[in-house]
Amino acid sequence: MILEKLQEKFGSEILETSGSLEKSNLVVIIRKDRTHEILKFLKEDASLSFEMLVDLCGVDYLKKSEKPRFEVVYHLYSLIRNHRLRLRVKIPEEDAKLKTATDLWRSADWAERETREMFGIDFEGHANPKKLLLFEGFEGYPLRKDYPMAKRQKIPVPEEKVE
Amino acid sequence: MINIDDTHTSLMHLNIGPAHPATHGALRFYVELDGETIKKAGSEIGYLHRAFEKHCEHSTWSQVIPYTDRLNYCSSMMNNVGYCKAVEELLGITIPERAQYIRVIVSELSRIMDHLICVGTAAVDLGALSNFWYFFNVREEIYDFTEKICGARLTTNYTRIGGVMRDLSPDFDAGIRKVLKSLDKAIRDVTRLLERNRIFMDRTQGVGVISKEDAINWGFTGPCLRATGVAHDLRRAQPYYHYDEFDFEIPIGTMGDAYDRLMIRIEEMRQSSRIIEQALTRLPDGPFIVSDPKIALPPKSEVYRAIEGLMNHFMLLVDGIKPPQGEIYSVTEAANGELGFYIVSDGEARPYRVHCRPPCFPIASAFGKMVEGSMIADAVAILGGLNIVVGELDR
Amino acid sequence: MSEKDVFAGSVITTKLKEVMGWGRKNSLWPMPYATACCGIEFMGTVSSYFDISRFGAELVRFSPRQADLLIVLGTINYKQAPILKRIYEQMCEPKWVISAGACASSGGFYNNYSVVQGIDELIPVDVYIPGCPPRPEAILNGVLKIQEKIEKEAKHQKVA
Repeated sequence: MILEKLQEKFGSEILETSGSLEKSNLVVIIRKDRTHEILKFLKEDASLSFEMLVDLCGVDYLKKSEKPRFEVVYHLYSLIRNHRLRLRVKIPEEDAKLKTATDLWRSADWAERETREMFGIDFEGHANPKKLLLFEGFEGYPLRKDYPMAKRQKIPVPEEKVE
Repeated sequence: MINIDDTHTSLMHLNIGPAHPATHGALRFYVELDGETIKKAGSEIGYLHRAFEKHCEHSTWSQVIPYTDRLNYCSSMMNNVGYCKAVEELLGITIPERAQYIRVIVSELSRIMDHLICVGTAAVDLGALSNFWYFFNVREEIYDFTEKICGARLTTNYTRIGGVMRDLSPDFDAGIRKVLKSLDKAIRDVTRLLERNRIFMDRTQGVGVISKEDAINWGFTGPCLRATGVAHDLRRAQPYYHYDEFDFEIPIGTMGDAYDRLMIRIEEMRQSSRIIEQALTRLPDGPFIVSDPKIALPPKSEVYRAIEGLMNHFMLLVDGIKPPQGEIYSVTEAANGELGFYIVSDGEARPYRVHCRPPCFPIASAFGKMVEGSMIADAVAILGGLNIVVGELDR
Repeated sequence: MSEKDVFAGSVITTKLKEVMGWGRKNSLWPMPYATACCGIEFMGTVSSYFDISRFGAELVRFSPRQADLLIVLGTINYKQAPILKRIYEQMCEPKWVISAGACASSGGFYNNYSVVQGIDELIPVDVYIPGCPPRPEAILNGVLKIQEKIEKEAKHQKVA
């Protein structure tokens, strides 16, 4: 039922779907252009009502040599209807930008900051895109597949001023 | 005459830094103060970032389990169960019945251990020291049993993909029932000291209130969400491992303040104790790990006596488990809320991507908003009730 | 009666440095710099089961200005490193450092872009306690070793 609704409104954006609602593994893969509209629809439609964004993460498909290279995965959950949805958005490397979801769910705030510092995907419109887990001055994007694991960095000097 | 309005005041910036007794680990927050009232607050994390997700990509599927121990180190067996459940769903196998009941028992014991630390240290921050000692004694008694089943007190590494590492020790049943009795006594002592205590109530009631809609929007789950009045528990909503057959209640709060969060945790300990007793009574006999040679190591008697056993052992250790290509997001109800593992597999011996969704990540991000308008002392009281474990926050 | 009979049994003679060593070692004020899992085992050490106050180190002080034993418990990463150094520099002499646990001593099994491989890259360490996490008895053993070290320093009259 979710799939029919999505197909009828955003059929051109959907690349692939799999799984089913009953088994709690419904996955929808979409192009990145109308992501924010789709998320807004999923949140506000009365029969879908995904009022909680459980998680947001990024994946780098460099090793599998897939194009586009990155993916941002949204895990949505509806407490009232007790169903889950996984939305995978394909992000090409040359245009690694996406509109922020913080205006819909506040839980996207820190999750987007972490995805940005780990993969280098920009979230436009985010109020505070500073680094979250890594220190200021860290160079590179650690969770990309071409970043070596044991690469050492310089020990940072503590900042003088508190924000 | 000097009028109070003419005095020049400015906001003071205070850094409540990573090396602080009340921050329970390496968490930093900075506030702008007007006297004692907080006008603006923000927090900074990352002081314990240990690259868990990057390590998962470089270790085999079974080698990830010790890394998961150290995510929420107060209740490490729950993280093991969460990760192994995700991999087993990816493989599409069901673990034996005995293993399922054992996992329920150790999960509930870990939940009790986590709540013991949370309530104990929250009370210490408010000045009530004795509760900490009472609760830690119970924790030590539980440690005796975790040592007997897996060899370690804190970082247990107990579950394996397909079941658990070793069966329960013979004195487990009688011993744990005794421990639950001393837990009961400790809870009674602590509730006598805290529940109707004037100072405790004044410091925690009405402090750090968050509404239902805000909590859901911020992504809260677990005791912090239940304190606002939302009756949501994954053990009831999406049950796993026979949780729908156990008889237990979900404590729900009314106000969404710090008092509710702590009282709910104490009540959850009583309910976990009920679940453990029921699970011990219903524990079936049988194997504690699947007998599929591609997934679980064969028992040593077969490895040393039969050639097939030796070959299976060898192939599993050299090649490793190889789940089919695909992805999974699997959740369990951890002590703090919904612990999720999102795993992508490409059919190799190492995971392609593992992402852990820590329950206290959204809760910590809401902390800055929750303390605005309250005083510094209230900020400490609020932080105590949220149970932010930095190991899983920073991964 | 001679003085020897009057004061017999109630006066002992010793050297000043040995008395200072005896006093220092039996009244350590630890500062637990607990970041991770080892911190929970330290909480077990100060609890009534494995009391650390039997050895005099009861008053845990969370301010470096008031402590003389810095116990580093848990992983230190590059973001935390400048803070650890600053805390060490804020402590007054005489001061000792225990590095408790595998992560603090050598980085543990976290060999990655974010973890310092041993706090001796930053500050001088006196005693290393292995374990992941070390049992409370191991932490108490570490405290006893510090006490031995203080005694030796006093006897050989090395500057603390």
